[in-house]
Amino acid sequence: MRRVVVTGIGVISGLGRNREEFRAGLREGRCGIGPITNIECSDLRFRGGAEVRCYNPCDHFSPKEADMIDRFAQFAVVAAREAVAQSGIEWTAELRENSAIVTGSCVGGQSTENQGFWDVYKMGKPRVHPMTIPKTMANAGASAISQEFGITGPAFTISTACSSSAHAIGQAFMMVRSGMSDVALTGGSEAPFSYGILKAWEAMRVVSPTVCRPFSKDRNGMILGEGAAMLVIESLDHALARGAKPLAEIAGFGMSSDAHHITQPSAEGAAKAVRMALKDAGIAPEQIGYINAHGTGTTVNDVTETCALHLAFGDHAKRLAISSTKAMHGHTLGAAGAIECAAAILGLTGGVLPPTIHFNEADPECDLDYIPNCPRRADVEYALSSSFAFGGLNAVLALRRL
Amino acid sequence: MPELMQTDELTARILRIIAETQRKDPAQVTIDSSFEELGIDSMDGVNIVFALENEFNINVPDEEVKNIRSVRDMVDGVIKLVEAAKATAGNPPETAPKTEPGDTAPAAS
Repeated sequence: MRRVVVTGIGVISGLGRNREEFRAGLREGRCGIGPITNIECSDLRFRGGAEVRCYNPCDHFSPKEADMIDRFAQFAVVAAREAVAQSGIEWTAELRENSAIVTGSCVGGQSTENQGFWDVYKMGKPRVHPMTIPKTMANAGASAISQEFGITGPAFTISTACSSSAHAIGQAFMMVRSGMSDVALTGGSEAPFSYGILKAWEAMRVVSPTVCRPFSKDRNGMILGEGAAMLVIESLDHALARGAKPLAEIAGFGMSSDAHHITQPSAEGAAKAVRMALKDAGIAPEQIGYINAHGTGTTVNDVTETCALHLAFGDHAKRLAISSTKAMHGHTLGAAGAIECAAAILGLTGGVLPPTIHFNEADPECDLDYIPNCPRRADVEYALSSSFAFGGLNAVLALRRL
Repeated sequence: MPELMQTDELTARILRIIAETQRKDPAQVTIDSSFEELGIDSMDGVNIVFALENEFNINVPDEEVKNIRSVRDMVDGVIKLVEAAKATAGNPPETAPKTEPGDTAPAAS
C-alpha cells in the first residue's frame, strides 16, 4: 500500500482566519473564544463561542456566490483554497478527473435552515427561500469545493457528529493509500450558530457559562465554535514526482463504535480506536509523543478519555504530552477532527506543542500531562488526533513528522 | 398552579413526571428510589429536569442539575424552586421565549 502525505493545510477558525494566524494562536496559547456576536443570546445560560471574527463573505466570494453558499460551505471553500495554494498543485485534466473530495459536517447549513424555519413558523410567511435545501445540505461544502477546482472524482460528506471530519480524513486517507485516487481534498467545516441550535445545546446542559477548561478539575463544559480545516493529501510518490514538499504523513487510522450509549462515552470504545490507529500505522504505543485529545471540557468526556488513554497506552500514558486545543478554537463539531488534525500537524512540524489553556487545577481523575497553559517545545515524531463523537463513534488519526 | 399546593401533592406530581418520562410504572417510582434502581443515567436526568421545568414553569440552573443524585434530590430541588416562584407572588417566572417580532431570525447571516 502507498504512503500518504499532507502537502497543504488550510484553516479558518475562531483562532485565526487563515493557517498562519491559527498556527500563531496555537503557539501563543491564545483564546479564540469570546461573546457570541452574530446571534442575540441574552436569554441563554451561556454567552461564549468561537466565532470566525470579521468574516465578510464578499472578501472571498462574489455577492451572487455568497448568496448561493451557506456560511459553513463558504468556510470549506476558503480553507480548501488555502490548502491547495500551499500544496502547489496544478490541476491537470487527469488530476481533476481522479482526485477525491471527502468532507465532514455535523449540522450542515444551520443558519440557512434556521432562517427558513423562522420565516414559516414564526413569521407565518407562505414561502421560504428556494435555495434553502441546497444551502442546508451537509454535502454543500464538498460540492462547492468540487465546483471551485473542477474536480470530478469521488466526492462525498460524512456526518458522524463530532467525529465527522476525522472520519472524512480517514476515509480519504484510505482512498489515496489504496490507489483509488492520487490526491484528495479532505477535512471538515461547520457554522453551527443559530438561535435554535444554541437552545438545543443549552438544553443538554453541557455548555460552559464561563470558559472551556479541558481536564482541569473546575471544568464546567464545552464551548461551541465554527470554522473549517482542509488538507491536501496525496500519495508520497505523487507528491515527490511533482516536486512537492510533504508536510507530514498520515500514518494510520483507527475507528470504533462504543455500542454503549447515545451520549455517554465509553473508555473501552475510545481505547479501541486508539489501538486500531496504532496497529494501522504499524507503530508501538511508546512511539507516540503527542495527542491532540478530544478534550471537550465536560465532566464526563475528560475522565473517560483519560481512562481510555490509560487502557490503550498502559505505562506510557504518563509520558504522553496531551492537549485539548478546544479551549482555544472551541468545539467545532463536524469540523473538529480536521481543525485538530491541522493543529497536531502544525505542532509536530513546528516543534511546539499547543497547550491546554485555562487549566487551573489538576483533577485526580485526569492524571496525565495535559500541557497546561504553556506551549511546549518538543521533538515528536508521531502524534494522534482523537475524536469521540456523540453516538459513540470514534475516529483516531495517526500522524508522523517527516 | 393552585395557590396552596401541598408538598405531598407536589411530590406526587414530580414522581408521576419522573415515571412518565422514564416510561415506568408510577408504582415503581418512590421518593426513596435511587437513580440506579430506576436505571436513570445523566442524560435521563437532564430529560426529567426538562419535563419538570415545563410542568412547573421553573428554571433549574446547570449547577443544580449536576448535583442531583437521587429522586429525593430532585423532589427537594423542585419544591424549593416552586416555593421561590410562589414567594414572588403575582410575578411568576417567565419561561415562554421572549422574542421580538422581526423579519430576520436571530441567526448568523
